[in-house]
Formats: sequence, C-alpha cells, structure tokens
Amino acid sequence: MIRRGKGARGHRFAESPVLKLALPAWRSRLVGLCLLGAFGVLIGRSFYLQIINNDFLQEKGESRYRRDLEISASRGKVTDRNGDVLAISTPMRSIWAIPADARLSPPQLQQLARLLDMEPKEVSRRLASDKGFVWVQRQVPPDVAEQVAALKLPGVYQNKEYRRFYPTADMTAHIVGFTGVDDKGLEGVELAFEKSLIGHAGNRSVIRDRRGRVVEDVGSIKPPQDGKDVRLALDSKLQYIVYSQLKQAVAEHKAKAGGAVIIDAKSGEVLALANWPTYNPNNREHLSGAQLRNRAVTDTFEPGSTLKPFTAALALEHGKFRFDSIINCAPGRLTIGKATISDAHPHGALTVAQVIQKSSNVGSAKMAATFAPQEMWEMFDAVGFGQAPRLGFPGEVTGRLRPWKSWRPIEQATMAYGHGISVSLMQLARAYSVFARDGELLPISLTRIDDGPVTGVPVFSAQTAREVRAMLELAAGPGGTAPKAQVPGYRVAGKTGTAHKLEGGIYANKYVSSFVGFAPVSDPRLIVAVMIDEPSAGKHYGGDVAAPVFSAVVGNALRTLGVPPDASMTVAQAQPAKVPPVKEPL
Amino acid sequence: MLRTNMVLLFFVVFCALGVVTSQHKARKFFQALETEQERAKQLDVEFGQLQLELSTWATHPRIEKIAKERLKMRVPEPRSVLVAAPREQRP
Repeated sequence: MIRRGKGARGHRFAESPVLKLALPAWRSRLVGLCLLGAFGVLIGRSFYLQIINNDFLQEKGESRYRRDLEISASRGKVTDRNGDVLAISTPMRSIWAIPADARLSPPQLQQLARLLDMEPKEVSRRLASDKGFVWVQRQVPPDVAEQVAALKLPGVYQNKEYRRFYPTADMTAHIVGFTGVDDKGLEGVELAFEKSLIGHAGNRSVIRDRRGRVVEDVGSIKPPQDGKDVRLALDSKLQYIVYSQLKQAVAEHKAKAGGAVIIDAKSGEVLALANWPTYNPNNREHLSGAQLRNRAVTDTFEPGSTLKPFTAALALEHGKFRFDSIINCAPGRLTIGKATISDAHPHGALTVAQVIQKSSNVGSAKMAATFAPQEMWEMFDAVGFGQAPRLGFPGEVTGRLRPWKSWRPIEQATMAYGHGISVSLMQLARAYSVFARDGELLPISLTRIDDGPVTGVPVFSAQTAREVRAMLELAAGPGGTAPKAQVPGYRVAGKTGTAHKLEGGIYANKYVSSFVGFAPVSDPRLIVAVMIDEPSAGKHYGGDVAAPVFSAVVGNALRTLGVPPDASMTVAQAQPAKVPPVKEPL
Repeated sequence: MLRTNMVLLFFVVFCALGVVTSQHKARKFFQALETEQERAKQLDVEFGQLQLELSTWATHPRIEKIAKERLKMRVPEPRSVLVAAPREQRP
C-alpha cells in the first residue's frame, strides 16, 4: 500500500521523478551538432594538412633526418708535356673562430699559437675582434689541423679549403701563373684555362641516423665535376735549361730583364717560356709588377735587325733580287729625306746574303725601297706582326704595325731593319717559323698537340725560305754577326738584333739585345728567341749578349731531346780568329 | 574463410619481416660503400700529395745540384764527344 502524503506525489520504485524532467529536445541535438561540427573541423584540418598543403609538414619531418651534403670537387692539375706536375691542388684546413665564444685560457692560447706557428699575441689580437667571425689561420696542413681539433677549443672551428702548390716554383711562374686564396685563376695558364681547370662541387641529400652516419641517399645526386687537367706543351727539362741560362745571362750583363722562348718547329708547341725577373708563386708576399710581367708575351720592343731576314725574303720572293745579287752599301750611309741611315761599320758592295750576314742597315733599306708600302705591310701582317699570337694568354699584345697608308719613305726604310715597328718575343719567334719550315707560318699552341703534323699558312715559297735559311746560317757562322751562337755538333741559323730603346719618343742610350734562330739547320726542330733588356755591363750587341744564351740553350736542348748532330763536334770552335767579328749596326 | 585469412596474415607478417631485413642489409651495404668511397677519396688526396712530393724532389735545379756536387758529374767537353752514328736518323 502506498501512502500518499501531502505535497509528495507517490511514485513507483522504479521511476525517478528527476528523470522525468522534460528537457527540451533541441538542447541535446545542439550538443550533438556541436560535437559533430568540431569533428568535421578536425577532419577538414587533417585533410588540409595531409593532402592539400602537405609540403610544410613533410619538410619539417625530413629536416629531422635528411641532410644536404656538398661533395667537393678539386681543381684540375697543370702538367708539362711529360705529365710532370706544375700545379696541383691539395686539401688544407682553415681555422676560424667566433670571437665571442672563443674564450681561451692562456695555456690554451699558447698551445694554439705554437701549433699554428704564430705569436700568441697575434692570436689573441685576432680573437679580440668584435666581429662575428675571424680567420685564425687559413690553409693549415691537415695534420696540424687535426692537432688543433684535438685541443677541443671552444668557439674554434675548421673548414676544408684547397691550396694550390707549384713544385717548379719560379722556374715556370710566368707560364703557369697562380690562383688566389679562393682557388680561382689570377694569372697565366691558371687564368687562361680557368674554364676547364675549375671544378664544380656536386651535392646529395642523405638520411642520417642518430650517430650521424649516412644511411641512405634520397632524391637525386648531383655528382661533382672535378676540374680537367691541362697538359701544356711545355717541356720542363727545356724550361729549366732556358730558365737557368737566362738567369745567368741577365746577371752577367747586369740587365734589367730578359725573356726567352722555345717553339717546336714541327708542331708550333711552346716548349719553354721563361722571363727574368720572376717570382715564387708559392709565396707571393712581396710581389711587384715587374716580377709578374710575362715579358715574352705582354711586352713589345723594337726588334731591330731580327726583321732584316723578312725584308730579304720579300725581296727574293718578288724576284727583284737573287741570293747573290749585289747591293752597293758604300759608303755606309743612305740619306732619305732629312734622315740618314748608317751602318755601324761601312761595307762596300754586298750580296743579299752578305747584307743579312753582316747585318747592313743600308742594304736592307735599299731592298725595302723597291717594295710598295702595301706589299711590305702585307708581308709583316702575314707573318703575324700587329696581331696577337692567339695563345689564349691573358694580356697578349698585338705589337704595333701602323697601316701602310700613313708610311713615309724613311719609315719604310727603318722598318726594313726593325725600327718603327714593335713586336713581342713570342711573335718574333713564331714569325721565324716561316724560315724554319719552308715558308709556312705555324699556329702556336700552349697545350700539347697529339694529333699528327701541323700545317701552317704559306707566306713565302719554299725556295725563298731555304735561301733565307742559308743566309741565317751564314749570320750565325764565323763571318757573321753572331759567331757565338754556334753550337758544337749542330748547324744553327739565326739573326741578332740590337735595338735602341725608345724612351719618351726619343731613342735613349739603352738597348734591347735579341737573337732569334733555329736548329738544326738540316731539319729544324727548335726555334729559340732570346731577348735581354738593357744589358749594362759593357756589351750590348745581340751577338755578344743574346747569342751565347741561344747557343747554350740550343746545344743543351737538342742533346736533351736526343736530336742527332748534323755537324762535326769541333768545327764551330776552330775559327773565331780568322774573320774579325763584324760589329753589328743598330 | 578463417583459414584463408590466417594464411594471408601469416604471409603478410612474413613479407613485412623480409622488408625489414632487406632494408637493414641495404643500409649495411650502403655504409660499407660509403666507407670505401671515403677511403678512395682519401687515397686520391694522398696520391695528389705524393705527386706533389715527387715533383718537388724531382725539380731540375735539385737534380743538377746533386749531380754536380755529390756525384761529381759534369758535361763533357765537345771535343771529347764522339758521335756513334751521325748518318742514321732516329725516328
């Protein structure tokens, strides 16, 4: 029985009046909707992150384990024709520091300074800088760098750098050149062949594990491209011969400078190129412009008598003169307009061959007077004067060859014996290839040529070239201007040059002595050009100053190359006393 | 039905383990390759250094100095040179 009290309605045991509270149905639906909405937003967001805009998260994720590594590439080697190294890069370490972090105790400082071979004061001065980054020392040998790393100094770090070494040092300095501290070519072959020497670093992405080991390559690998090696035509044995002879001659004659070149008469390869003064490319602290100049290529001078053979060749070529035509050179003077050309020693009547042998200015001028200016200009142009020799060398000069339309007769006459025109030693040596090679002008090359014989551009007929060759052999013989150019065992041919130097437009009492020639005459192998600038120890004639250098270079070089002798070993020595050496005119 | 599922499950687990093993092996090999490549690079560097050393020792001024001073060699006088076969042109 249920009692029904007042104020309390009776209800059954299984019922709860609380539950009977009738909440409006919309409230529960609202909550349900809200939850559903929030759920929808979550799905939307994850859809957005996973599918639409997934790059960001993927990148973040990858950055936890993926690393981009640079693969370093080294610069190519420069070698000589036999593969001997002239320039090579080897990895070094550079030590740098963050000064704010590098708080070193005095003993640490001492240790670091001792390892790096520096003054402790210098090290602390560098570390006292307020910059965020300082080099402590660049290009430290790897073994030293490891010892530095072993010190575990705070704030001191290292990175890898390449350093260029030049084992042949000052001997090949001008031809090889050098690179800067960032391994870019600054001079010589290093600059000229920069494009092929330079290496391109590659890169790769890898996955690294917890211990920093590379476990996997991901993505594409860009392989590094090492620089290509450059094989020069240079022969380091010949280079040494040239270099040491030149050095000796410059010292002996107290000259200001000198240069010498050897060109292979068969292929046009530059076998040696030396200049004095020179420098050590491994240590370039006290360099001056004079040392850096590659005179054989970048400096021009008035060649003087070395141009006479070209005048004679043109005369023979035109058929106006023959080998033994007589030219009257008496009384050793020739007046054209207001100017007078003179021979240092008056000669009488000379044949064309003797004009070259005795180096007569008057004879050359008389031959030149029979040419039209244009013909002469074309000949000079054809043998390469007035144009760069196209070796690809930085700073190659063209020399000066004025257009023929503005020539006056006196200028044409002086050009016949090499004044009023300027050339570089390299141009001169190359031009002589027309005589060494039956009239062909060779293209010249700094790099080794492996494919077959080289053909040149014909300038003179073979007959002319042979006749001039015979004249040049006379000039380098006992009755010529340069008996000192003779080499025991080999027939040599060549021509001296002694030119006044132009200073401020007037000819000063300073000279450039030169000698250009080739050997052996029976089958020319080498063309050698020597130039000595301002010899001031008494002698200044090309025959006294430059010819002995030629002789020593040719003799040693031909022996080194194993060229069979084409003359007796003793003839050259026998007769310097017979014919008094003819003093050479300017 | 149940048996097929069990077989498939077993198969999947087997494959999964295979993947793990081969991945592990691949990484091992990769590391070995990596080490060898590093060694090759190191040897290359060493070769460069040795080449440098070789050409430093072989510079002509040094050779000449040793030939003259230590070995007492000299260039023969022209008159004491005899040419054996001057007519024969070597190639």
